[in-house]
Amino acid sequence: MADQFDVVVIGGGPGGYNAAIRAGQLGLKSACIDKRGQFGGTCLNVGCIPSKALLYTSELYEEAREKLPKLGIKTSAELDLAGMMAHKTKVVGELTKGVEFLLKKNRSEAIVGEARIASPGKVEVKLKDGSPRTLETKHIVIATGSDVAPLLGVSINEERIVSSTGALSLKDVPKRLLVVGAGYIGLELGSVWRRLGSEVTVVEFLDRITPGLDGEIAKQFQRILSRQGMRFQLSTKVTGVQKKGDSMSVTLEPAAGGAQSTIETDIVLVAIGRIPYTECLGLAEVGVQLDSKRRVITDAHFRTNVEGIRAIGDCREGAMLAHKAEDEAVACIENIAGRAGHVNYDAIPAVVYTHPEVASVGKTEEELKAAGVEYKIGKFPFTANARAKTIAATEGFAKVLADAKNDRVLGVHIMGAEAGNLIQEAAFAIEMRAASEDIARTSHAHPTLTEAVRQAAMGVEGWTMQM
Amino acid sequence: MTIQIRVPAMGESVTEATVARWFKKEGDAVARDEPVLELETDKVTVEVPAPADGAIESIDVKEGSTVQVGAVLGAIAEGKAGKPSASAAVRNPDAAAPKVEAPTPKLSSAGASKPVAEPVAEPVASAAKPQWNVTMVPSVRRIAEESGLSPAQVSGTGKDGRVTKGDMLAALEARAAQRATQPTPVEIPTGPRPRADREERMKMSRLRRTIALRLKESQNTAAQLTTFNEVDMSDVMRLRAEYKESFEKKHGVRLGFMGFFVKACIAVLKELPNVNAEIEGDDIVYKHYYDIGVAVSTERGLIVPVVRDVDELSLAQIEAAIADFGTRARDNKLKLEELQGGTFTISNGGVFGSLMSTPILNAPQSGILGMHKIQPRPVAIDNKVEIRPMMYLALSYDHRLVDGREAVTFLVRVKENLEDPQRLLLDV
Repeated sequence: MADQFDVVVIGGGPGGYNAAIRAGQLGLKSACIDKRGQFGGTCLNVGCIPSKALLYTSELYEEAREKLPKLGIKTSAELDLAGMMAHKTKVVGELTKGVEFLLKKNRSEAIVGEARIASPGKVEVKLKDGSPRTLETKHIVIATGSDVAPLLGVSINEERIVSSTGALSLKDVPKRLLVVGAGYIGLELGSVWRRLGSEVTVVEFLDRITPGLDGEIAKQFQRILSRQGMRFQLSTKVTGVQKKGDSMSVTLEPAAGGAQSTIETDIVLVAIGRIPYTECLGLAEVGVQLDSKRRVITDAHFRTNVEGIRAIGDCREGAMLAHKAEDEAVACIENIAGRAGHVNYDAIPAVVYTHPEVASVGKTEEELKAAGVEYKIGKFPFTANARAKTIAATEGFAKVLADAKNDRVLGVHIMGAEAGNLIQEAAFAIEMRAASEDIARTSHAHPTLTEAVRQAAMGVEGWTMQM
Repeated sequence: MTIQIRVPAMGESVTEATVARWFKKEGDAVARDEPVLELETDKVTVEVPAPADGAIESIDVKEGSTVQVGAVLGAIAEGKAGKPSASAAVRNPDAAAPKVEAPTPKLSSAGASKPVAEPVAEPVASAAKPQWNVTMVPSVRRIAEESGLSPAQVSGTGKDGRVTKGDMLAALEARAAQRATQPTPVEIPTGPRPRADREERMKMSRLRRTIALRLKESQNTAAQLTTFNEVDMSDVMRLRAEYKESFEKKHGVRLGFMGFFVKACIAVLKELPNVNAEIEGDDIVYKHYYDIGVAVSTERGLIVPVVRDVDELSLAQIEAAIADFGTRARDNKLKLEELQGGTFTISNGGVFGSLMSTPILNAPQSGILGMHKIQPRPVAIDNKVEIRPMMYLALSYDHRLVDGREAVTFLVRVKENLEDPQRLLLDV
């Protein structure tokens, strides 16, 4: 007889494992199936976590060489790339074990294998050893995430032409690295290797970097990254890559069309985005509808058109962010349990973990203009923030956008040290439908970087005090 | 078990009330249905009965605070033995009077601060109480304090119904718009009063505030003026003297003057429909029913209960209705719906000895008749001086709707009806 479950989650990433945990908390019998063999999905294995380990260590390396001498510390830093990678691997290993522990703690069965939906209520798993197993369940949650988007005419081999996955495990520091795509993945990994010594060129099809981020922030961000030594070629497309002797020859063409040119490099990183992973799951066979981008179509309660099958995270619409998947996991399982789970998509923060960091939540100025919303702006530069001065990290600024009429916070954009942590206050403000005045009138410890957010909030109603 | 005491529904147009008096203190014993506090609304005073036997566990809303229908006022620990209360003394209005001005309703602590002196209840009670409606985010607190607008009166659009700054601003805007249609109030002098030591300051009761507001509204809206006449009451008095006893014996109610006046007015209102009509926007609303408000003075102020469909009532029925209103008004037992509506009002200043007055319209009505003292006066009858029981009559009317001719005719016809009551019988 097949095993009986309340919820079977396909995918063990932030969406999947959090769904399984929440199901366990609510007393639902659940299983979480992942084919990788290590739980945690892209985020933990080849995404957020390993990249942050490398971003941290590479930043320390650069600081040791560039910053410490200016602050009265004499040192001689030497790169041990293998050691750096070992730290990364250790972190990933520990966190993966942590996820397995959490699944166990919440009585969710962790199953390693490839899952396929045989019919609503029935999931077939090809276990690691090749044997089949059938799970019967009341609810199926698809949380299969996303995969690297391929670039037409360029085949990724994870050696000389790599995706983010390969770029996290290069054996040597390449002399030259060409990054295709100026989104957050390309800029983060480009930063890692630039700090470790690579000459980094970023080629972007659009005429700006970090599409989707506030335009003013993006412009300043590019200026800072350029100053750090990153080169940009915007409005340019990559049409092909050839191995040419020891190096790789990349063919470029203006986005609008025109004469081709070539650029030599050692490693090509393809980072043009991610696509939902909805293949090989039997979705077509059971009739689950996908949209034109091959994302699973769901309603506000994450239900697909097929009764008993839901989808969360990267494989459905919305920002491809680990915490968005996590939020949806909680809401989706709560809905299954008859509770009122809900995700507020206006209050999901997004962070680029470069240095300085860029973080945002809510609407950008461009979006507000397009929507015809009247808004007010408050801004505050970190050059005027005492803590930023003391830690010698004065680049960037905080920007608060609020409704001109009722002062409700609509968007907050921060570029600067620790921006990823600073943004959380703004996410909470938006979630609580707070006014900019509420941030401005909330006590902020001195001296901290958070004061910049407060001063920017004050600026919305024209009473920034420390500038 | 804890049972909450809530503001009861008090009629469809009433959404809020002021806590006038608590008859009980925390820890006091209460019996089910025993009044525990008194609420004042725009129109009536309502006693809130205890929902259960037990002891008062908490009093969450101070006297003087404004509360919404359904709001939690306090709680009773059901079945718990409490101290016998000195409720008789507390319920004496004189004893309680100074309390009214003492607690300025504090915006931030309506439900949050509980005296901790007498922890008579299980701690479960406070956990169940919704706290968010008194928790204010900084911007809301500032606006509340600066404007005096209580967030409790604003419906929140924030997470889980919290009140946001935007909600407060919108509510203020609505309030300003409402005020803009009214003339600017007289500037209130600020600073210490030179002789404050020999003055007493009291918060206006809710009823008094409403009276003030309504009367001023009435004056600001209608084009009011008053016309006078006088009536010789000889015939009515004679009729009354003659039939007083048999009337009372038959109907069980005293034969007064009021019934004659009501009857006299109804006949004329039918003849002059404008006086029974009202202006609404650009329209005139004519009413084919005759609901007559009869002004009654009570200790707390003037109220106007309404006798419905008076044209269908007999003299005895009218007298009975008015007598009943009088009694119940003194006992504070009038129901809210008995004070609403009305198409015309009769006010009797005569009972206090007034000889002449100009009553203010009971908006949106278009006419009010003022009765006065009956006084023997020399009048010329057939070119001879005679002493007759005379009364001055006043009709205040809305000149926007009622012409001078109609107003004057109204009083003349009322006078004729009263000087020759047989006309009422014959309907001429």
